[in-house]
Amino acid sequence: MDNKVKEPLIHITKRKMIPKKQEWAIRLGGILAALIVCAIITTITTHLNPIAVYGAMWEGSFGSERKIWAMLKELAALLLISVALTPAFKMKFWNLGGGGQVMAGVLATAACMITLADKMPSGAIMLISFVSALFAGALGAFIPAFCKAKWNTNETLFTLMMNYVATQIVAYFIIIWEKPKGSGKIGIINQQTQAGWLPEIGGKQYMLIVIVSLIMTVFMYIYLRYSKHGYELTVVGESQNTARYVGINVGKVIVRTLILCGLICGLTGWLLVAGTDHTMTTTIEGGKGFLGVMVAWLAHFNPLGMILSGLLMVFMAKGGSEISTALGLNSSYGDILTGIILFFVIGSEFFINYQIHFRKSHGKEATDA
Amino acid sequence: MQDSRTPAVSMRNITKTFGTIVANKGVNLDIYRGEILSLLGENGSGKTTLMNMLSGIYFPDEGEISIDGEPVVISSPKDAFDHGIGMIHQHFKLVNVFTAAQNIILGIDQDTENGKKIPGFSKLDVKNASKIIREICELYGFDVDPDQKVYDMSVSQKQTVEIVKVLYKGADILILDEPTAVLTPQETEKLFAVLRNMKAAGKTVVIITHKLHEVEAISDKVAILRKGEYIGTLITKETNAQEMTNMMVGHEVKLNIDRPEPHDVKPRIKVQGLTVRSEDGLLKLDDVSFTANTGEVLGIAGISGCGQKELLEAIAGLQPIEKGEIIYVEDDGRETNLAELSDMEIDAKGVSLAFVPEDRLGMGLVANMDLVDNMMLRSFRRKGSIAGFTDRKTPRALAEKVVDELEVMTPSLETPVRRLSGGNVQKVLVGREIAMDPTVLMSAYAVRGLDINASYTIYDLINQQKERGVAVIFVGEDLDVLLELSDRILVLCGGKVSGIVDGRTADKNEVGLLMTKLGGEAVG
Repeated sequence: MDNKVKEPLIHITKRKMIPKKQEWAIRLGGILAALIVCAIITTITTHLNPIAVYGAMWEGSFGSERKIWAMLKELAALLLISVALTPAFKMKFWNLGGGGQVMAGVLATAACMITLADKMPSGAIMLISFVSALFAGALGAFIPAFCKAKWNTNETLFTLMMNYVATQIVAYFIIIWEKPKGSGKIGIINQQTQAGWLPEIGGKQYMLIVIVSLIMTVFMYIYLRYSKHGYELTVVGESQNTARYVGINVGKVIVRTLILCGLICGLTGWLLVAGTDHTMTTTIEGGKGFLGVMVAWLAHFNPLGMILSGLLMVFMAKGGSEISTALGLNSSYGDILTGIILFFVIGSEFFINYQIHFRKSHGKEATDA
Repeated sequence: MQDSRTPAVSMRNITKTFGTIVANKGVNLDIYRGEILSLLGENGSGKTTLMNMLSGIYFPDEGEISIDGEPVVISSPKDAFDHGIGMIHQHFKLVNVFTAAQNIILGIDQDTENGKKIPGFSKLDVKNASKIIREICELYGFDVDPDQKVYDMSVSQKQTVEIVKVLYKGADILILDEPTAVLTPQETEKLFAVLRNMKAAGKTVVIITHKLHEVEAISDKVAILRKGEYIGTLITKETNAQEMTNMMVGHEVKLNIDRPEPHDVKPRIKVQGLTVRSEDGLLKLDDVSFTANTGEVLGIAGISGCGQKELLEAIAGLQPIEKGEIIYVEDDGRETNLAELSDMEIDAKGVSLAFVPEDRLGMGLVANMDLVDNMMLRSFRRKGSIAGFTDRKTPRALAEKVVDELEVMTPSLETPVRRLSGGNVQKVLVGREIAMDPTVLMSAYAVRGLDINASYTIYDLINQQKERGVAVIFVGEDLDVLLELSDRILVLCGGKVSGIVDGRTADKNEVGLLMTKLGGEAVG
């Protein structure tokens, strides 16, 4: 018989709830560890001083006023989409079509600005483009929601495919409205007249989208936490059976929530075209529909937390492109660092949920052996 | 208790803590070969934790385990199997798309068995495995087809596969964690017959349970735990239900259920010709008629799946009705047909139907929400101070009241209900439903999985509601309980009413016969 009396070296046990402070300490520790690992890998592979690399990354987001505003604009757009996706995710409706719903808003706004350019005053164009962008975004979300509520279709695939539909329609209209002819681009819409352009607040082009994104973030936080709608959609997400049992109309809640989701996406599209970019391209949304999924998850669907997780994402993206230009590194190098940091951030969740015990040495084992 | 033999398993001074919770404290337990031992205790008394340490899931903080007198260390389920210990858990761990045989050989290293040098390169020998499985089944009287896919199996068949899996791996000490919780009475009988065969073949069996009549039916000895501590071991033949209960609970417990005389009896709900089909068109209720009276407990008996669930859900407005009427009679004699209304409209009419469904965490409550938010499920639609916003003050006060009055054990009101034990979950649910001030209280399997104390709390609550003049409809599975608690018993069989009997005069045999009256063989 095996006579080796040995306690296992490590135990992993599930933690009970731990205080918020400790939770954040673990997360912070994860980021610090990630920075150290990144530094080591940078030194080995590029022979550059890692401090200089981090410095360059910092420069990418905070290097100049222009860079700070560019970073804030990216963050605002990302935040708006993340916040839009959140109620759907809380309802366990996996809306991967945030990008497509933004594109719907983009298309509606551009259409209004181009076709109405000389026909009415700028203010009216703004209003009409606002309403149509919201409607287009809501419609993009309503279609998969209705099919889900009615026939229980798979929303993940449906919304994913809707992205391509939206992008292709946008591509089609870019050719129709292209300017100059044959360029395959739209260029700046109404460059001379600035008809339908949103006003700049405090002389800052990106101020409006930043303010709106913050308002929507706070709104969503309150909506989810304190409103009856927020409560209903959480119940639907946790258990449709319970929802039916207490008389919640599940289909109605699904459709209502997704319309809200689409409205915010449409609003984002409106702000991007009429407020910041003043043009329409197929890449105007820039993959934020997917990035927003990650931002929402990292923040555990807490809209206020998304300011932080969104900032992390934007910072890494800006920093990544900065080190590739400033230090002549391959443009994928930033992605490698982002990957490492995300790995540690997500990995720290494991240590929040589980505890690792190492073997304690006590004298008794010797006598047993 | 003295015994000259060396115990097969001897646990000495076992302590296990989880954080601040002491699950087991200085437990001593001896298990002898060729015996069936019941491990009896209330929910949360540390039965499963103790056995998990024997089967290598947990590792004790303190204490030692010996097998046949030799001290051993069991730090993984594999170690446990090396010592011949196998455990059948409450939740099955089977791969649905595999056959029984494939599941059984899963994780067994056939390479080493066949003496092959390079692991992973010998062919899976399902054929030989099936042969051995058939031999095992023959020996003990199991009913398993090795080639049947798991997704085609009933719960009891899945359980059988789990047991055969453990035997196949060569265990001679079997631990079963509340094996009867998921079985019908007939299936339980079958399981017990198999366990007796195993005992006759020299195997040792430990069965974790909190049902006294099972202890009496199957075991040679009974070891009792209370609040993580070992209380004692009794020889089953020499003890009785009362003694076991007292040891288990720690104080005298009255084992009979009160049945106050109903007073002021008036019809409250008249069901007439109710017919319900399931989504796939199966007839679930067939022309069901009865009356539920105020101040009375109407028990509903029947083999599971005979339409009990559909009946309650139809009354609650959650189930589409094919035909028939559900007449609600108000105190002043006005009648409303609920069958034409949805649950929201029923609610709007001021009809207060409390419903404790069978699936507590999947339907009655939201497992991931805390106590306050669960209380809010019934009240969140009421007007708050700001339109569109939820009012959490009233549900919080209700949660406090329920925790206080029903003695719910919970770390805080912010604890998700999934973290509570089964009895406490049920108290939260029943407490919320009763707080609606109902005129009708419907409950399905209200005491399933509950320990004695919690069960009696529920019986008391039901009787209180009855005395308040509520019409209580109580769907039960334990005939003894139904006969003690109900004023009248309606027996369902295959979706039809096979009889309505008086709870005071009917006997178990009579009700049992009614349960299988229609199409008797087909049902069994």
